[in-house]
Amino acid sequence: MQLEARDIGFRYGNGAWLFRGVNLTVKPGEIVGIVGPSGQGKTTFARILAGFEEPIEGTVTLDGFSVQNKGYYPVQLVFQHPEKAINPRWKMHKSLHEGWKPDQALLDTFGIEREWLTRWPGELSGGELQRFCVLRALGPETRFLIADEMTTMLDAITQAQIWHAVLEISRKRNMGIVVISHEAKLIERLCDRVIELV
Amino acid sequence: MPILEVKNLSVAFTQYTTGFKQKSHQVISDLNVTLEAGKILAVVGASGSGKSLLAHAILGVLPTNAKVSGSMTYVGEELTHARKIALRGKEIALVPQSVNYLDPLMKVGKQVRTSVRTGDPKEAQKNVFERYHLKPEVEGMYPFELSGGMARRTLLSTAIVSGAKVIIADEPTPGLDPTVMKEALGNFRELADSGCAVMLITHDIDSALSIADEIAVFYAGTTVEIAPVTDFTGKGEALRHPYSKALWRALPQNDFIPIKGSQPHSSALPPGCLFEPRCPWATSDCRKGRPEMRELRDGTVRCIHAT
Ligand SMILES: Nc1ncnc2c1ncn2[C@@H]1O[C@H](COP(=O)(O)OP(=O)(O)OP(=O)(O)O)[C@@H](O)[C@H]1O
Ligand code: SF4
Ligand SMILES: [Mg+2]
Repeated sequence: MQLEARDIGFRYGNGAWLFRGVNLTVKPGEIVGIVGPSGQGKTTFARILAGFEEPIEGTVTLDGFSVQNKGYYPVQLVFQHPEKAINPRWKMHKSLHEGWKPDQALLDTFGIEREWLTRWPGELSGGELQRFCVLRALGPETRFLIADEMTTMLDAITQAQIWHAVLEISRKRNMGIVVISHEAKLIERLCDRVIELV
Repeated sequence: MPILEVKNLSVAFTQYTTGFKQKSHQVISDLNVTLEAGKILAVVGASGSGKSLLAHAILGVLPTNAKVSGSMTYVGEELTHARKIALRGKEIALVPQSVNYLDPLMKVGKQVRTSVRTGDPKEAQKNVFERYHLKPEVEGMYPFELSGGMARRTLLSTAIVSGAKVIIADEPTPGLDPTVMKEALGNFRELADSGCAVMLITHDIDSALSIADEIAVFYAGTTVEIAPVTDFTGKGEALRHPYSKALWRALPQNDFIPIKGSQPHSSALPPGCLFEPRCPWATSDCRKGRPEMRELRDGTVRCIHAT
């Protein structure tokens, strides 16, 4: 499956265009970085790729088909703040199993301890919560992961743990990844190629 | 000369879970740091290791259910809670981690002007906005109209115009472009060079290395090592604590290889060394009690086997 964004343009209301004519193709298993100055709309572009936002101009397709509203969306987004992505009134097992049920081997890959499943989100640190958010996004039907500053607020060890787990899955399932980050050295380490959003 | 000293700080929260059961969270244990005039101390370490809470403890803005022990001194005199309140924003200023600290109902120009203590507030605010590339019209905006990067520059401006002697900056740089970031970091260096003591909390070790004098490494609510910046090089051979070495080697520009496991939770700390469950050097002695901070080469370390 190939993810393709063609001639994407976006602006809020009648404001200035954040970007126009952006093209991006991601092949299965490919890891592509997106860089650009802050305020340039990288997060907006990520939301468009993941189907949370309609572009004003252009199209996003999977193998040439538009894929709005067809059940589980094979392009999943994980962003910077896990505490905003998890329901505070659900225990962790409920949040994790909302979409699918990862097995013990996957929990181990992500360093999620059994006991954490019985806790409330407020009883886990940002790094622990982010492991859940990432694993939750990696259901068997996920073909592409959009990682928008996914590990920016985490320490280097937690960051490397999460990325190694994600890369292992990407290799096994031939899953494509789009990495958005301010951290040039992380992009350099992870990506096959990089595009600049201007 | 030490301006601010934190000695044996411990912070705990009691949480009431279902059925009136109590759970105690030891979020900071026996922590010591010293801030000196003219110096920048960078604080790095595990997410959730108590970095922000240390900042909040210094400023006297911890939640009221926090149990605090230990002592702090400011220019040699005890820093009581009343004194913290009196000095906050004047002698000791915080650049907070969350941009939610801006007053949502006050125009940002005015927020910055109210922090100016000497000279013409209008003039000072205009100058600092120009320095951070905030356009004149930003003055009249409310916080919700700012992008994340603009809000951060506003927070930075507030601390800079205050003329404080101690600046505590909690993750001041995420979301800033490389150019603005370089400038912001340069400003911290200037502040230090003009006699301020700066504590810079950051995940960005590269930035820390570019401007700090010393780096304190935090793990599970305490300092495991304080080292001069020059020790953060190569494979981390010069570093003292196994956690500092592991943190350094996990960076994408180094090996990018993480050690296993995660930081112990604050409600279930191990009885001995807090790093023992993950430590490659651990022996049975490490489980017998918390290692003390001790001097080693040009720094300090909390590990009985470090050499
Ligand atoms: N009000 C509170 N009640 C209970 N626990 C708390 C409270 N505030 C913070 N904690 C816990 O204290 C620990 C330290 O939190 P702190 O915010 O200082 O971490 P940090 O080192 O700044 O992390 P980060 O790098 O993610 O910003 C965490 O385990 C956190 O969950
Ligand atoms: S005291 Fe022991 S367990 Fe702790 S860091 Fe040193 S060697 Fe490791
Ligand atoms: Mg923090």
